[in-house]
Amino acid sequence: MGSVGAKDVPVLLSPEGLRIDGRRLDELRPIRIEAGPLHQADGSAYVEWGANKVMAAVYGPREVHPRHLQQNNKAVIQCKYNMAAFSVDERKRPGLDRRSQEISKVIAEAFESVVFAEEFPRTSIDVYIEVLQANAGTRCAGLVAASVALADAGIPMVDLVPAVAVGKISGQIALDLKKEEDNFGEADLPMALVPQSGRLVLLQMEGHMTPDELSKALDLGVEGCKAIYAKMKQALRDRYTVDPLPAEAA
Amino acid sequence: MSQGQRTDHRRRGRGDSSPHPSRDRVLVLPGEELPSQGLKPGTGTYRVGGKVYSSILGLLSPQPPFVQVIPLSGRYIPKPNDVVIGTVTDCQGTFWLLDIGAPRWAPLHMTGTPWDVEIGETEKFLHVRDSVVVRVENLDPTGRIGVTMLGDGLGKLEGGTIVTVSPARIPRVVGRGGSMVETITRLTGAQVAVGQNGRVWINGSPDAILRASEALRLIEEQGQRRGLTERVESYLVSTSTSTDRGPEAAARESAHRDAPVTRVPPVGPADERPDPEALGPGPDEY
Repeated sequence: MGSVGAKDVPVLLSPEGLRIDGRRLDELRPIRIEAGPLHQADGSAYVEWGANKVMAAVYGPREVHPRHLQQNNKAVIQCKYNMAAFSVDERKRPGLDRRSQEISKVIAEAFESVVFAEEFPRTSIDVYIEVLQANAGTRCAGLVAASVALADAGIPMVDLVPAVAVGKISGQIALDLKKEEDNFGEADLPMALVPQSGRLVLLQMEGHMTPDELSKALDLGVEGCKAIYAKMKQALRDRYTVDPLPAEAA
Repeated sequence: MSQGQRTDHRRRGRGDSSPHPSRDRVLVLPGEELPSQGLKPGTGTYRVGGKVYSSILGLLSPQPPFVQVIPLSGRYIPKPNDVVIGTVTDCQGTFWLLDIGAPRWAPLHMTGTPWDVEIGETEKFLHVRDSVVVRVENLDPTGRIGVTMLGDGLGKLEGGTIVTVSPARIPRVVGRGGSMVETITRLTGAQVAVGQNGRVWINGSPDAILRASEALRLIEEQGQRRGLTERVESYLVSTSTSTDRGPEAAARESAHRDAPVTRVPPVGPADERPDPEALGPGPDEY
């Protein structure tokens, strides 16, 4: 976040309580989830979330590469989050950077706490997340896509993992920040929930919130996650439900 | 989470009369609570606080005393006595490593082959990228998979091509009592060997291979619908005219097959060259 003159800061919240894209504080951006778009991978998913476009592919359980990462009692979960060079308007320098390494790590750790990795000792479950277009909240979109892809790959796990970011704009707690809100807002709090147990498996924060704001933000985020959870399940149902086509129709 | 592994699509595929899953089973997703009155958690489930949840995406299938979920996707999970098609990924002194589409590579020891292999001479018999038909012999809790090439219908595959379908679709590829495989071989004249790991070996004229793979694609895409055998049959009949290949042509061609092929893969030095007469004007790339 570079330094910006005060007059450059857009009005993030109108007097009527509407945000720059017309949403209310507790509204999500529109989400579309597709399960199984890639045939090569064992499981895959594509997510469009506001202006974010994210593809996830899951391979495995399979042989571990590099070998020394192999664990004798469980599968290792390796995650690679990557932003395409064209995913943002100023070209993103391709390849690993500290940010994508961190996101890969926190997403892999989120999945480690839900996947039944002990069922596949000495193997690797590889999760690839490619951000094709970014507009804030890509780690959440990537996690949602990867979670649907894991289910599509038939990997046993406690539950799907919905994720969403909550933030603070113009002094108010708001659900699912978009780019301008993320850049000019006061705080950003991405989180990922396991609905079955109610546990959070990812929680990060940038900026400042009071304890009261934090607890309000967590409540709002959990509600958001539940809405996203429903969409994730629907995407998987759509992919695997048989359409009741009679035998005669070809 | 490994009890109750007895009931599965593999047995259904071998021609018993269980109804097709999609008609009477419910799709469940990871994290969904399952109705489990008095039932124990079986495969594809877990239990927390007295409640049973699904751990995978699949079809709910109560098998008292277990409640279990049959997977609809995912990698091939080996079971003893499965006949599978593997590809050599590495040659070691006394064994080869095979990729059978399972979570781990499966070692094929030189003593598990019909050949007289000297230590260090494994490469004289199988090279990396060669394909073989083997049987899963034993599994251990750490996930190691032992396979053997000793047995009927096992051996090295020569020629042909391998098409991969989802392992969950194999029962439909085989068909009830092998009817689907029989339909494909009869109407294309191709040799077909089906591995339980989702790999299907096809050999024959380029045209036969092309049409048989297309039939497999059809099964993969529409495997959950009824009347699949009829649909595959009508597809194969409708494409047979262009290259003068009706049931009669198929019968003529079957003369150059070693044996009638059913579920059990044909092995050994199968006729590698497509019958020159059978070569239609079709494209070379297939």
